[in-house]
Amino acid sequence: MNLGPYADFIVGAYAAALAIVAALIAWIVLERRYLLRLIEEVERRGITRRSERRGEEKP
Amino acid sequence: MTLIALANPSRFHALAARVLPWLAGATFVAFVVAGVAASYAPDDYQQGATVKIMFIHVPAAWLGIFAWVLMSAAALGTLVWRHPLADVAAKAAAPIGAAFTLMCLLTGSLWGRPMWGTYWVWDARLTSVLILFLMYLGVIALWRTIEDPARAARAAAVLTLVGFINIPIIKFSVDWWNTLHQGASVLRLGGSTIHVSMLIPLIAMLVAFTFLFITLHLAAMRNEILRRRLRTMMMLQADAAA
Repeated sequence: MNLGPYADFIVGAYAAALAIVAALIAWIVLERRYLLRLIEEVERRGITRRSERRGEEKP
Repeated sequence: MTLIALANPSRFHALAARVLPWLAGATFVAFVVAGVAASYAPDDYQQGATVKIMFIHVPAAWLGIFAWVLMSAAALGTLVWRHPLADVAAKAAAPIGAAFTLMCLLTGSLWGRPMWGTYWVWDARLTSVLILFLMYLGVIALWRTIEDPARAARAAAVLTLVGFINIPIIKFSVDWWNTLHQGASVLRLGGSTIHVSMLIPLIAMLVAFTFLFITLHLAAMRNEILRRRLRTMMMLQADAAA
């Protein structure tokens, strides 16, 4: 594919778009891992939400 | 399952987990199709190959605006019905909308330098999109400033609805003022002015980017529901310790 004399601008634009999308995906994935780890830690200390406790009490 | 049942954050979280892999797959396929279509698109007789920047610039602009419209609809849900899922939807959309608006500004600048001879000009379209980006940052800052999620949601909802006035200004700025930015060429009365050989890849990219936005938004909403769950648990822990 010949991008002509402005290839740097075209490649730069696509690289910027890719970097932004990659950053968004990384932010979401890493934040989910972090939150799940924290929730697991809190649950290990015996803390559960009221709704979950109600679920456990059901016969 | 009814819509009202889906509005429960826990049910929504479970549903999102089932839907997300399919959405991610559809997004990937849509980008492969759009990428092939864009690579085969001919150069423009005036812009040359730089027209390829439009295939990412236009969808980024569309999603920057769409995210604010979505946040405004969610803001109504927050203020009128005080629904927690509306708060979650608005909060999750803000950083994604900001990212696509930034993408729009960057790709627009990189197109403007070779075509207009400048990276930036203070014309009405560019300035109103820059204001949109700054408003996104303001809403994100507001969410982070107020600790109580319900109070933060109400404050952010008011700011979002006030900021909605900028959306028609962005759309019609090229008609109301004399701008260097070109007028509407896709959505306009009388039909698109873009040749079909470039319109098809552009529409394919619009579809792919929209799938990407929906996927990212659902995933970010799922994270926000987890964050609220964690906050509740931490408060219970603090209560138990007291």
